[in-house]
Amino acid sequence: MSTQVVHAEPGILKKYFFSTDHKIIAMQYLFTGMAMALIGGFFAYVFRMQLGFPNQHVPGYGIVTPGKYNALVTMHGSIMIFWVAMPVLIAAFGNFLIPLMIGCDDMAFPRINRLSYQIFLLSALVLLSSFLVKGGPFGGAWTAYPPLSAVGAYNLTPIGATLWLIAVALEFVAFLLGGINFTVTTMNSRAPGMKMYDIPLVVWMIVLASVIFMASVGPLVAGAIMLLFDQTMSTGFFDPTRGGDPLLWQHLFWFFGHPEVYVVLLPALGIVAEVVAVFARKKIFGYKTVLYTTWAVGFLSFVVWAHHQFVAGIDPRMANIFSVTTLLISVPITEMVFLYIATLYGGSIHLDTPMLWALAFIGEFMIGGVTGIFLGSSGTDIYLHDTYFIIAHFHYTFVPIAIIAVYAGLTFWYPKMFGRMLNETLGKIHFWGTVIPFNVIFIPLFITGTAGDQRRVYSYAQFAEQSRPALQHLRTTSTIALLVMLSFQLVFLFNFFWSLRNGKSAGANPWRSATLEWTVPSPPPHGNFAELPTVYRGPYEYGLPGRADDFLPQNVPE
Amino acid sequence: MSASAKPIANTRSATGIPTARLITWWVIASEIVIFGGLLASYIMHRVGHPEWADAASHTNTWAGAFNTFVLLTSSLCAVLAHKAADGHDGPKAAKLLRLTSLGGLIFLTVKGFEWTKDIHEGFVLSSGGFWSFYYTLAGLHGLHVLAGMIIMLIVAADAAKNQELQRVECIGLYWHFVDIVWIFLFPLLYIAR
Repeated sequence: MSTQVVHAEPGILKKYFFSTDHKIIAMQYLFTGMAMALIGGFFAYVFRMQLGFPNQHVPGYGIVTPGKYNALVTMHGSIMIFWVAMPVLIAAFGNFLIPLMIGCDDMAFPRINRLSYQIFLLSALVLLSSFLVKGGPFGGAWTAYPPLSAVGAYNLTPIGATLWLIAVALEFVAFLLGGINFTVTTMNSRAPGMKMYDIPLVVWMIVLASVIFMASVGPLVAGAIMLLFDQTMSTGFFDPTRGGDPLLWQHLFWFFGHPEVYVVLLPALGIVAEVVAVFARKKIFGYKTVLYTTWAVGFLSFVVWAHHQFVAGIDPRMANIFSVTTLLISVPITEMVFLYIATLYGGSIHLDTPMLWALAFIGEFMIGGVTGIFLGSSGTDIYLHDTYFIIAHFHYTFVPIAIIAVYAGLTFWYPKMFGRMLNETLGKIHFWGTVIPFNVIFIPLFITGTAGDQRRVYSYAQFAEQSRPALQHLRTTSTIALLVMLSFQLVFLFNFFWSLRNGKSAGANPWRSATLEWTVPSPPPHGNFAELPTVYRGPYEYGLPGRADDFLPQNVPE
Repeated sequence: MSASAKPIANTRSATGIPTARLITWWVIASEIVIFGGLLASYIMHRVGHPEWADAASHTNTWAGAFNTFVLLTSSLCAVLAHKAADGHDGPKAAKLLRLTSLGGLIFLTVKGFEWTKDIHEGFVLSSGGFWSFYYTLAGLHGLHVLAGMIIMLIVAADAAKNQELQRVECIGLYWHFVDIVWIFLFPLLYIAR
């Protein structure tokens, strides 16, 4: 057994496909997530075309039948949450950043890390394979409520439903392995001198997200086994005629599903914290308070789940309790937003592209949060439930999380990942071309939802009480704005791949940032640090007066 | 098996807890919520369906009790293996680990006879709520026993050569967890009437 640590450069196949290097695994997650985002985005395009221009031929797809519409919305939701937000926000950023930011050479368990990606890739392939089976992919909504999801005769996609379930379960296993690795690495493998409150917020947030995921997903893993048996072995776990209970699935699903919102939100908040501190040249206002509020959010996220079930026939007294907890959780989140704004106050603000994205996150996410108040209150929810109001609401939370914050992170760490700068002009064009249409897509949907448009309806003209022709121009506006937003993503893709070769050379620390990942060359070599660093201070020492540089890296002794 | 070079990240211990033990505890924590969700679902249903007691009366309490005894005894072997590993006696630890997994094998064999009898009497996975939970819970637990046995034999092979002795404690922790799950399952599936 060799005790000497060797960091030789391995061969191509080993380096890019079977690597145990955390940075390569991060890239694998990133590119898989980006590819899945293209698929999920394409589905949004197809079903929005159907809603904006009903029953016409959709260029690049064809006619959208009711069954296909159901499959498209189901796959859009599942893919964007499980195969885009999770791999990019947690796995890609977590893998890339954690060892670099805490000053070590890799994850504590590199081979478990590789296994995590391989299982994740398998889960994506299982999901995609459902497009090839008889009946097509699952069409019973991403929440998979039984009996619709349990009985093939109801959802008409019996094989797709089972493949969807297996894919989701595999994805959970992948993130359990990855999350445990992140947690253990951050707990044990930190550089000498890095105390609990010297850890950069984004690392804290990714680890706390992993812990929340771990604590919430278990019951749904059990639920997935039960649903799988209901589908394939004719058990009756969720069948009320045979002693089962369909509400049980809703509880198991949302006991995970609501914490899951915070699982993806926390890494986004962490990314924004890093960007805001660097581009405001200011220490995070209330670093510890940010953490306290995060813990409060993490705790409360476990006791709000039934607000998804106000119309499912739960006891109204229970609904009251869940209304209260749901409104409570907005308190720590709001406090966190205030802390970010306080960090900006009096800062020396540089409006580079990452900062634009970070500021947009704060503004847009607040709209998502405030509209959540209406849905968390059981009285108003009963009216708004399952309308486009809720679609608009959660897209005002998920798009800032999975799109805007991801762009903040990508544009910020791109120089570190690839050694070159992105083009700033293209970056700003892409920013405005994404954020403006995003609002034009979803503000009309608040209006149509309030007017009564139900979600998951493939064509309003087919239902007399749903048709409301006066609203059609809003639905069409939303669709056209989506086309604009999607086309501006080409600017980003071009910038991303063009800059890989032609971008300005980045150097080790282009943003003059104080955290450890900026002390190594860009891109970091295998093994990360030539000499493993020692940490002397917290991560946000910016705007220091009376120094040649206005910041003090974590690893420089005073 | 030549152990590949470990990253420095693996050798650090900022918390003071050895990394191998730390990850084992996290794995167990994530398993607790999986079994917790399934058990909670079962208990809630069981309370709502007093008639399931009729089905439960068909389970063989003596077989279950014998299996409980087998698992507890095997856990003792796992503890002794840990003690041997602490004393740097790899071969002895390996021997005790193999004895532990023999306990797992006896457990699964008894289960096999029980299930064969149940199935012959017409009680299968889809025979009703109780049986669905019975097979799902015990089946998931059985898979954990099987996985534990396989990992234990791998760890034993290394331990026999005095390699990776820290893993002896970890697989022992996991085995105790599997044991404790059974301590919940036995009264809930066999004894409760």
